[in-house]
Amino acid sequence: MTSGLLGRLPAGALGYALCALWIALLAASPLTGDNYLVRIAVMISMFSAMALSWNFIGGFTGYPSFSTAAFFGLGCYVGAIAQRNGLPLFAAWALATLFVAAFAALLGLIILRLKGHYFAIGSIAIVEVTRLLVSSWGSVTGGGDGLNVPLMQGSPGAVAAQVLYAMLGVLLVAFAATLAVQRGRLGFGLRCIHQNEDAADMVGVDTTRFKIAAYTLSALFCGTVGAIYASWVGYIDPTDSFSILLTIKVPVMALLGGPGTAIGPVLGAGVFVLLEEFFWANFLQWNRAILGGIIVFLIFFLPGGLLKIDYRRFYRRAAERRAAGKAAA
Amino acid sequence: MSEILRLEKVSKAFGGVTAVNEVSFALEEGEIVGLIGPNGAGKTTLVNLITGVHPLSGGRVVFAGQDVSRQKPYEAARRGLARTFQIVQPFPEMTVVENVAAGALFGGGLRTRQAASEEARRELAFVGLDHVADTPAASLTLPNRKRLELAKSLAMRPKVLLLDEVNAGLNAAEIDGALELIRKIAKRGITIVIIEHLMKVVLSISQRILVLHHGELIAGGPPREVLEDERVIEAYLGAKFAARIKAEGMHA
Amino acid sequence: MDIPQIIANGIVLGALYACIAVGFSLVWGVLNVINMLHGSFIILGGYLAYFAWAHLGLYPILVLPVVALIVFALGYLLQYLFINKVVTAPVLTTLTLTFGLDMILYNLMTVYFTATPRRVTLDVGSLELAGVFMPVDRLIGMGLALLLTGLLYLVMRASTIGRAIVAVRMDRQAAALMGIRVNRIYAITFGIGALMAGAAGTVFAMVFPVTTNLTGSFLGKAFVVCVIGGLGSVPGALVGGLALGLIESFAGFLFGPQHAITVGFLLMLLLLLVRPTGLIGVKGYE
Repeated sequence: MTSGLLGRLPAGALGYALCALWIALLAASPLTGDNYLVRIAVMISMFSAMALSWNFIGGFTGYPSFSTAAFFGLGCYVGAIAQRNGLPLFAAWALATLFVAAFAALLGLIILRLKGHYFAIGSIAIVEVTRLLVSSWGSVTGGGDGLNVPLMQGSPGAVAAQVLYAMLGVLLVAFAATLAVQRGRLGFGLRCIHQNEDAADMVGVDTTRFKIAAYTLSALFCGTVGAIYASWVGYIDPTDSFSILLTIKVPVMALLGGPGTAIGPVLGAGVFVLLEEFFWANFLQWNRAILGGIIVFLIFFLPGGLLKIDYRRFYRRAAERRAAGKAAA
Repeated sequence: MSEILRLEKVSKAFGGVTAVNEVSFALEEGEIVGLIGPNGAGKTTLVNLITGVHPLSGGRVVFAGQDVSRQKPYEAARRGLARTFQIVQPFPEMTVVENVAAGALFGGGLRTRQAASEEARRELAFVGLDHVADTPAASLTLPNRKRLELAKSLAMRPKVLLLDEVNAGLNAAEIDGALELIRKIAKRGITIVIIEHLMKVVLSISQRILVLHHGELIAGGPPREVLEDERVIEAYLGAKFAARIKAEGMHA
Repeated sequence: MDIPQIIANGIVLGALYACIAVGFSLVWGVLNVINMLHGSFIILGGYLAYFAWAHLGLYPILVLPVVALIVFALGYLLQYLFINKVVTAPVLTTLTLTFGLDMILYNLMTVYFTATPRRVTLDVGSLELAGVFMPVDRLIGMGLALLLTGLLYLVMRASTIGRAIVAVRMDRQAAALMGIRVNRIYAITFGIGALMAGAAGTVFAMVFPVTTNLTGSFLGKAFVVCVIGGLGSVPGALVGGLALGLIESFAGFLFGPQHAITVGFLLMLLLLLVRPTGLIGVKGYE
């Protein structure tokens, strides 16, 4: 039966199949013609890409990075400014990606010398500093008033679909990069660093270079996604683009799914966005508290994320209970 | 035999405290050398200086004819200067074979994870840990963890292996096993430095003994000579005991 | 503006910053937890003081002990019920947990108190001395902030609880072996951190309007002060607070007020890299 079938499949194959099905579902959302559904699909793809990004530094390497919002925000602004200066859409997105990657690589050279709590605080400070710099550099960024971004061509439905496929594209690239890293030398080295950085150094892992690579990967896709987001919404401002909430939400998504895996961040982002959407719609006033509650629940009851739950045990328990019920009857 | 590692007046000061003071010696290829000294003599600091963990305050480290005084630990590992830690440092959540494969892949310069894994299994068989290859490293007993450290270092294909207190915490039988293994390693042509604070452990196995005391090299030579060195006796056995030995010597 | 005025502004601000940060620093230093709730604790204290004044006509100085005790109780409970369970987990876990708890507290406050800026207006005029102009309520605020910080210093130095906290900070296991109930000390420490936040909020409400929108910025100040001054010690927070107050005051004068905060953060980042132990700090955790 079900458990027998599960047992016979090669490890992970079911997960990948479900993941592919899920991405196909997201890609099919424009077919419904429902703009709300497409918007949710865009959000899910966007956050999945960011959670996958964060996973490189937070999941594989175990560095508590909270700089996601800085990368996302910079991506928004570089993309927007490039477009306002006449760069075509895709060129603007590519420029934002490169800029954010270079920014992270340079920053990583400095900030990755910190560890633990100091690294966490430093990475949060990066978000604050970039936000403050962007809001005070009014001549280029529009300061606190924000920036209008040239709108994308086409009907609202066509634009939404275009944005969705762009986000899905980033998601797929991020996923492929995750798989490649996970199976390759880089991922192995990052795992070594996660478990014991001194020992990693001693077996010949060039820890500085590996960590910078992970940190850059954690920024890259956030930059792209930020630029696409800016083109989509048409208006950005510093508070929205560099939000502390975003910078913590993304790691929470990865933790929710299962950090250090390929499928976990995608799963976590999907579940989180859907829950958030649901709470927004039904408990507008309490949505922040409910999300806080989810975080608390996650820390205490799902320490390894959704992927680490032993679902077969649940199944067995349920079967036992049923059998016990029958016996009692 | 030719020279593989040479220290020239290597010094290290932390703040104002000199931990290692102008230590010079050279190692020949294939030698087994014991580096002994009481606790706090600066032995581990010296290992850290050789492998690039701490920057040198003065002097030079020359490895295979190359000045490596400014190297980083990972560079030392890739060059063939491997070490084990006094307190074992496994990757706790990886399997035993993965731990060793890390050494083969990064330090040993193997290209693929597949090749690294195969190499790792060979080294595990060599140190006698093949039966626990697929268990998590954290579940090993202390003697086995020490063997794992050795396998990890060997997978890095070292030319020189610095063993920092590999016998600490082992009982007599386990120490004998470890020494047997060290002899086996030496037969592969690897130069071995055994760092110990108990002299008797290294006496039987070392061809040469270096004695570190208060950060300075106070003696060096074949075990028998070093044993009779007055300063060594004083540093180890205390002045009283040393005096008694001396007195006994006069009566004889 | 001239230099003495800038210095005076900086010192007043700095005293308030020290009082904001000292509880955060204590929690980080002793529990090794980055408490993301700290900003909300401050605002909670400010709101409670405001409502006592607006509805009951009580002066902040009078209600300060009560407010402080209420926030202490909240902090103690949160630590006892939640944070203690994961206190030894990596920073990712503890930081995320306190952030989740903060989202709940923040939401409660915006729903029940709304985000309207509120301030206790005392109308006590202002002073001028040798060309330096200063509203009296700010002077009172500074005096209170210094008094509270000094009191905490005394408690840490002289009381049994204070000694126990210091012992746990230095060596958790040794402290446990000496018969100190570490979990209880953790809860008390967290409570004291919250208490200091509540008291600081009360003081703040006398000087500036408080609103839930400020929780993040208070938390940011606590970060910066801790990194500048060093962790877990009262004098460290005092030095860090005064340094930040003066830096912001001067930076505001030199580069314009909108850049004052940026300069503070940039200096913090710089200091993190050069000297993560802070100006006078003891070596904290990694």
